[in-house]
Amino acid sequence: NMATLEKLYKQVENIKAIAEENRQKENEAAVRIQSWFRGCQVRAYVSLLHKNATSIQKIWHGLTARALFRQRVKTAYFITKMNFYNKMAVKVNISLARYLEGLTRKNKHIRRDLEEVAELQWKERERITLEKQEKEKNIQAQRLHFLLSTKQCLGVFNSPFRAEPDETELRLRKVRPLLVRSAPKERKNPNITPDLNNLMPNRERLPPIHKKPQGPFRPALEVQQQRHRPLEPSLHVISSITALEEAREELKWQEWRTRIIDQTYVTHTHKRSHYEGLMHTSTPFEQVAYGTKHFREEHKEYLKGKKPFKTVFTTCHVFDKFGRLYSSAGNIV
Amino acid sequence: MSQRQILQVFEQYQKARTQFVQTVADLAARPQNTETLQNAGVMSLLRPLLLDAVPTIQQTAALALGRLANYNDDLAEAVVKGDILPQLVYSLAEQNRFYKKAAAFVLRAVAKHSPELAQAVVDCGALDALVISLEEFDPGVKEAAAWAISYIARHNAQLSQAVVDAGVVPLLVLCIQEPEIALKRVAASALSDIAKHSPELAQTVVDTGAIAHLAQMILNPDAKLKRQVFSALSQIAKHSVDVAEMVVEAEIFPAALVCLKDPDEYVRKNVTTLIREITKHTPELSQIIVNVGGVAAVIDYLGDSKGNVRLPGIMMLGYVATHSENLAMAVIVSKGVPQLAICLEEEQEDHIKAATAWAFGQIGRHTPEHAKAVAVANVFPKLLNLYLDTESSEDLQVKAKKALKSILQKCTYLPALEPLLYEAPSNILKHVICQFSKVLPHDSKARRLFVTSGGLKKVQEIKAEPGSAIQEYINAINNCYPEEIVRYYSPGYSETLLERIDTYQPM
Repeated sequence: NMATLEKLYKQVENIKAIAEENRQKENEAAVRIQSWFRGCQVRAYVSLLHKNATSIQKIWHGLTARALFRQRVKTAYFITKMNFYNKMAVKVNISLARYLEGLTRKNKHIRRDLEEVAELQWKERERITLEKQEKEKNIQAQRLHFLLSTKQCLGVFNSPFRAEPDETELRLRKVRPLLVRSAPKERKNPNITPDLNNLMPNRERLPPIHKKPQGPFRPALEVQQQRHRPLEPSLHVISSITALEEAREELKWQEWRTRIIDQTYVTHTHKRSHYEGLMHTSTPFEQVAYGTKHFREEHKEYLKGKKPFKTVFTTCHVFDKFGRLYSSAGNIV
Repeated sequence: MSQRQILQVFEQYQKARTQFVQTVADLAARPQNTETLQNAGVMSLLRPLLLDAVPTIQQTAALALGRLANYNDDLAEAVVKGDILPQLVYSLAEQNRFYKKAAAFVLRAVAKHSPELAQAVVDCGALDALVISLEEFDPGVKEAAAWAISYIARHNAQLSQAVVDAGVVPLLVLCIQEPEIALKRVAASALSDIAKHSPELAQTVVDTGAIAHLAQMILNPDAKLKRQVFSALSQIAKHSVDVAEMVVEAEIFPAALVCLKDPDEYVRKNVTTLIREITKHTPELSQIIVNVGGVAAVIDYLGDSKGNVRLPGIMMLGYVATHSENLAMAVIVSKGVPQLAICLEEEQEDHIKAATAWAFGQIGRHTPEHAKAVAVANVFPKLLNLYLDTESSEDLQVKAKKALKSILQKCTYLPALEPLLYEAPSNILKHVICQFSKVLPHDSKARRLFVTSGGLKKVQEIKAEPGSAIQEYINAINNCYPEEIVRYYSPGYSETLLERIDTYQPM
């Protein structure tokens, strides 16, 4: 008990002494182990931190690099786009310039064509109006055909005081008068064979009325000519307008030629001794009372003492009963 | 009395009636007699004569009624109130062609005055009778019926729809193909009156194949027919793009351009209206018209005509230039700008001047080249005068201002901008100064010219609030020049110099 206790105490003190000896070693070993472990921990931690930092930096570098890249891509794209636009704009400008040039040419053509068409239409209208006017003038000339001048008498439009006749005169000469059916052309040659022997009717001429010549006094040929002569109504007379005066003149000269006695024959021999002038022309220049104040001679000395002539008388009752003598009963109304 | 004497009485009565109705018809032909006739109660006297046994009296009575109703809408109302229309409509189906013509004339005379009267005519069932008349053989009857239909359809869309529902349009298209010119004219005018109200009606007209027949008649020598044909085509084309394209596909160009040289003024006007309605819709249609030479033809038309008829031509150029800058350049290249400047100068009416100002604005607003082309024609002072003139209408002032602003925003041609410095009001001046501030920093010759012409001096005299846009532009301009020059031209410089004399101490 005490001995064991002391032995135990001694064992313990031995152990303590041994432990004391080893304490330092073990402590140092423990410290070494711990420091090594701590070191490993820290290293592991630091390597973790490193890894994290690396990955963060990787990500960050990637981001910035990509942003830069994007920017570069954008600028490159922009530059290519502008180049493209410029090229296209050049092309567009060239093509636009060509288009506008073509357009101006086309416009010029169109303007010229339209001008031509307008000119043609205008000329056409002018021509039509001119033709109408010509026609009207010709119709007028046809109606006034009788005013054509003849050798005897120059017409209205052919004044002798002018150098040239008027245009209406020329028109009158050109134009055919109205209602003239064309005379048969055979009138020029005189040898018209009479149709007496020809029994077939000639289409251009009327058939003769009688087989033998008409009337006993003219030759057959003449009668035929007269018979077949076409109607030529015109106011253009063959004899001149003054034929009547000239005939009178001719008669006068004929009478003068045949007249032997030149003295005119008077029927009465007594002559008045003097010529009694008219009262109105041979009086002095005052107004003559005769003719205005009185119309008869007045012999006042004869009328002296006489009573004036009565102009009003008492009525006579001759006609009082005129129309009233008999009653009107029984008259026819 | 003997039979002969009795019959003589009736003969006398008939002669009296005939003479009465013929005299009334002759009197009704003159407008100054209508009032007297109306006061004498002619309506009530003519009405029983419409039912007369003798056909001549019936026809002459109808003719007299028609002439009376033609002049005066009171008389037309009296015709409606007197219940004459049903009788006429009944006779329209039964009687001979002279009576039909006279009855159709009365219907037309009544329907022309107002929509209510036209509605009354339709309510009497006149449309069916008129459709039957359109199928008649005689062209005079067809013409009278077509004329009545066109006067009915003229007033509003509802009446046009009623007319179309009666089945009139195919018959009208047949009438157009007839050889008589008068019938063609009236049928074309009827189609024009029907199609003008709404796109559906125009589509109905197009569906019957009217466009091809109308296009065939373009080169007809009769002027009045051409007027109606072009009016019909333009009323059809104005409603929608599809219909306008169909009209263009009918190959009317370049034949229609020949009609721009027609001696008749209204033919030319209607052709230009048609071109305007076509170019209004899309750039492609405008391109077609430009390619075929339409712009040059219209510009020549503007040179040949005067007055109100120029308006469709001016609007057409504006519409073409609106669509794209290439088309605007095409207008400029075809010598449109000098012609429009002449129009602006010569015309007196405000609405024509407003249209010309608008057209200039559309041409010049695209790029600096366009603006330069407009500026070179010396248009700016005129537009400015129109804007500032107190006698111009409001519409004209607004359009002139808009045109000026839109052209100025692109204009870099300084010689044309300089006169504006002196006269423009402040809202226009802002844009002018803005343009100067854009151009002057880059061009030294322009800077020199600006100084020598007195522009810099004027700019210094402008009073602007600090911080406003004008002040910024003025600063930008002043920065282009050395300080001494700016100070030299600023107002009151001589006074400051003189003040320096006061403070100067000689050595």
